[in-house]
Amino acid sequence: MLELQRISKSYPGVDALRAVSLAVGAGEVLGLVGENGAGKSTLIRIVSGAERPDGGRIGFEGEPAAFASPADARARGIAVIHQELSLVPQLSVRENLFLGAGWSRRGIVRRRWEEREARCLLGLLEMDIDPDTRCSELSLGARQAVEIAKALALEPRLLILDEPTAALSPREARALLCQVRELARQGAAAIYISHRLEEIEAVADRVAVLRDGELVRSIDRRGPAAGDDGLAPLDRDELIEAMVGRSLSAEFPPRLPAGIGETRLEVRGLSAGRRVRDVSFDIRRGEILGLAGLVGAGRTDVARMIFGAAAPDRGEVRLDGTRLELRSPRQAIRSGICLLPEDRRGHGLVLSRSARANFALPNLDRFRRPGGVVDRRREGRAFSRWREQLDIRLVRAGQRVATLSGGNQQKVVIARWLERGATVVLCDEPTRGIDVGARYEIYEWIRRMASEGKAVLLISSELEEVLGMSDRVLVMHEGRIRGEIADPARADPAGVLRIAAGIERSEKPSVA
Amino acid sequence: MPEEKGGRAGRWRRRLLDVLGRNLSVVVLVLLCLISSAATWREQNPITSRSGAAVARQVLEACQAPCSVLIVARDTEADRVFAAAIEQGLDAGAARIAGRVFGQPRDVRLELERIVGAGASVDAIATHRIASEWGPVRTAGTPVFAPGSYHWPTFLTARNLLNVVNQNADIAIIALGMTLVILTAGIDLSVGSLLALAGVIAAVTAQEWFGGAAASPAGLLAAMLLGVAAAALGGLLSGTMVTAFRVPPFVATLGLMMLARGLALILAVGHQRRLVGGGAEGTPEAVRVEAAVFAWLGNGAVLGVPNPIVLMLVLFVAAHLLMTRTMFGRYVYAVGGNVEAARLSGVPVTAVLLAVYCLCGAFAGLAGIVDASRFEGGRPNAGELYELQVIAAVVVGGASLAGGRGRIAGTLIGAMIIAVIQNGLNIAGVASYEQKVVFGALILAAVLLDRLQPKIASRRARMTRASTSTPVQ
Repeated sequence: MLELQRISKSYPGVDALRAVSLAVGAGEVLGLVGENGAGKSTLIRIVSGAERPDGGRIGFEGEPAAFASPADARARGIAVIHQELSLVPQLSVRENLFLGAGWSRRGIVRRRWEEREARCLLGLLEMDIDPDTRCSELSLGARQAVEIAKALALEPRLLILDEPTAALSPREARALLCQVRELARQGAAAIYISHRLEEIEAVADRVAVLRDGELVRSIDRRGPAAGDDGLAPLDRDELIEAMVGRSLSAEFPPRLPAGIGETRLEVRGLSAGRRVRDVSFDIRRGEILGLAGLVGAGRTDVARMIFGAAAPDRGEVRLDGTRLELRSPRQAIRSGICLLPEDRRGHGLVLSRSARANFALPNLDRFRRPGGVVDRRREGRAFSRWREQLDIRLVRAGQRVATLSGGNQQKVVIARWLERGATVVLCDEPTRGIDVGARYEIYEWIRRMASEGKAVLLISSELEEVLGMSDRVLVMHEGRIRGEIADPARADPAGVLRIAAGIERSEKPSVA
Repeated sequence: MPEEKGGRAGRWRRRLLDVLGRNLSVVVLVLLCLISSAATWREQNPITSRSGAAVARQVLEACQAPCSVLIVARDTEADRVFAAAIEQGLDAGAARIAGRVFGQPRDVRLELERIVGAGASVDAIATHRIASEWGPVRTAGTPVFAPGSYHWPTFLTARNLLNVVNQNADIAIIALGMTLVILTAGIDLSVGSLLALAGVIAAVTAQEWFGGAAASPAGLLAAMLLGVAAAALGGLLSGTMVTAFRVPPFVATLGLMMLARGLALILAVGHQRRLVGGGAEGTPEAVRVEAAVFAWLGNGAVLGVPNPIVLMLVLFVAAHLLMTRTMFGRYVYAVGGNVEAARLSGVPVTAVLLAVYCLCGAFAGLAGIVDASRFEGGRPNAGELYELQVIAAVVVGGASLAGGRGRIAGTLIGAMIIAVIQNGLNIAGVASYEQKVVFGALILAAVLLDRLQPKIASRRARMTRASTSTPVQ
């Protein structure tokens, strides 16, 4: 039904997809797996018309297709269910189902027809929901189901589900999987993307593994070895090997010989709802502690709570033995904690201001003269010093930070905390969206900060990065710390991924 | 870097366009001034002390001494200044003043009759262009001296320009505070009402607490400060609503707008009741301040520049320094540009927002004091619909309603643009209904520009990024 031939796509500094060829037939569910950044999202964006490939051909239902926009793809029968819900909470289920779909007759809503159709659609999914319930009153799982019903209302030929169970409870997730299978039985095609391998095993006829923008493995489960459900059992270890694949190479700067000192940061029993449960760990002077796990495992929440940006329900944090209040980032910064946020553009920088103003923002008290006046000369000197040291490339001194490349933006954030002289550095996905050259420089700076006696927490979804950079790695799964790897340089990435995926629960430092 | 097309000339043209694009509001202001000047190109008959002195010189040159001169002028302040200058000039020479007329053509005839009846004669009449056309002057049979006329745009006279700025000084002062609020992506609809409240409170306290007609300057100052403080408190209230209770600024300040207006009216009516002794009607009137010094702020002048303009300029300079040189200014821009990033950078977001709304209220209060002083009393109905004019001034001045972008200097220019348009249309004789249409169109154009600017900026950014991205190793 859908046929991709040698699709390529590159962004500045990254080849997101390299000549990927893939096909999905009618009645088939294709499971798509891969690490973060392997190219899954890009692939979906291309298939759904949100992005155009640089090279390659797309065929849909036997014809060449070049979708100009998501609306175009939708009109051809391709429906995407995103991770983020797209329902209007104030409207009823029925109203949401037919929103924007043009089901009216001369502008007048065909209410009776809608009601019948809504019941039919929800019945199809075996959902016991009154179509006149407001969406805001539904559980997340029910809302996800409505989302799917909404996609089904279009009678799609191809359904794409991108991490659809991220917000669902296990029971709701199981129901969703049954729905997808049912749909395939009726002759539609589906692409199912998930980090959760057990879901892939339950739903996919065929599994494709992406790594670094390439299709590295395709497993067909139909055939002689098939079990009762018509599908051969999936070898998860094989999948994980394929996803990780690479050996750790010397892409990381060497460890500096400063040595690790006494305990600097103590985190005890940090908890926040379902996202973070009883997280405890220590970071010592000069240590880089890696925090591995899948997206949504609660790692960012942990960092934000230490930084005072989110309030924990329970737990405490001590810095050099003194208990911290955790009330606001302002306080955290004053005590010497700093954060390189995951969402650099949204949380790290004021894009409308210059690189220099962004650098100075948390440091203004250091450049102040009586009366709250900023000493611009001192500010300028400090900025040019770090600009030189970090090699931040600007066209003009007053250049807006929005116009910088990702690497230079991250360096501005690092520069501000270096100037601040922080003692604890929380790095949340520090190299996301940064090209290879700048990436190495940022690794060097993380190393250097550790060697100066700072305690560094490194959150990364890239296994290689977190293993290659850290002195010790903790693995989180669904809000809990599930494992500790004492010697990450020689750890087996697949083992880490197994813990992160919740397949293996034991605390077992695996060595390759 | 894209290939430069058109060589050096093209580059210069691009650079010029770039500079003009960055300072679009200045360009618009200059254009508007030019248009207003062209539209008001008139014959000028200045009635000033300088033209009076010139007439006196003419008379002395033409007449044989001793000659007696009749001075004719209308009964206006400018005419009296003019006449006084003539008299001073004549006294310096050998001429004698036969008489002075301040009034109508009829008064000239009566005066001439009186002089002739007394047996004296008139050798010359010194007057201005307008009175020289009067019947009794023309038919008096004596030489008439008047200053020469010339062509010059009425708009572009010092008097008119000072007048334009003076009349809009209160709008400009409020626009300062509004700029801060809009920079944080907020809005303040209560400024017009706070203006009225501050004026009324200053007037009522001046009358009732600080001695009325006998109030000392210190007492009046205290009354004015009370008015400003009340307005600042109002701003603090909306700031609290916005920060602590997360009420959208539009709604919070809409509430305060009605509340403050109501309070101003209640206070004014209450004062009236106390004056009359009980049973006064509930129609609000201005609260008159009897102490004469009270009017100085609104009507006095320093070195010929009206006080409101002086105050406005001082406040603009102060606000400009505040926003460009201090931590507070940096914080305001950061909060407006990206609240979350500001918070995570340790900016005390709540305190900044509170201060911004409080300052905006205080500026509105100051404008209210200027207004009250100008009208020698607090008017509870003052400042109606000011909020919209002020917002228009800020937006026209280049601030983005989405926050984070805008400058104090831009706001000054925006306020002046609005003032110039109003004045230009007035002088050009455009009726007030048409003026509204022009205003509306102007504001829409300004907001449209605001919408288009990010697109242009992002195009420029893409070009810059392409040329600076770090090379891949």
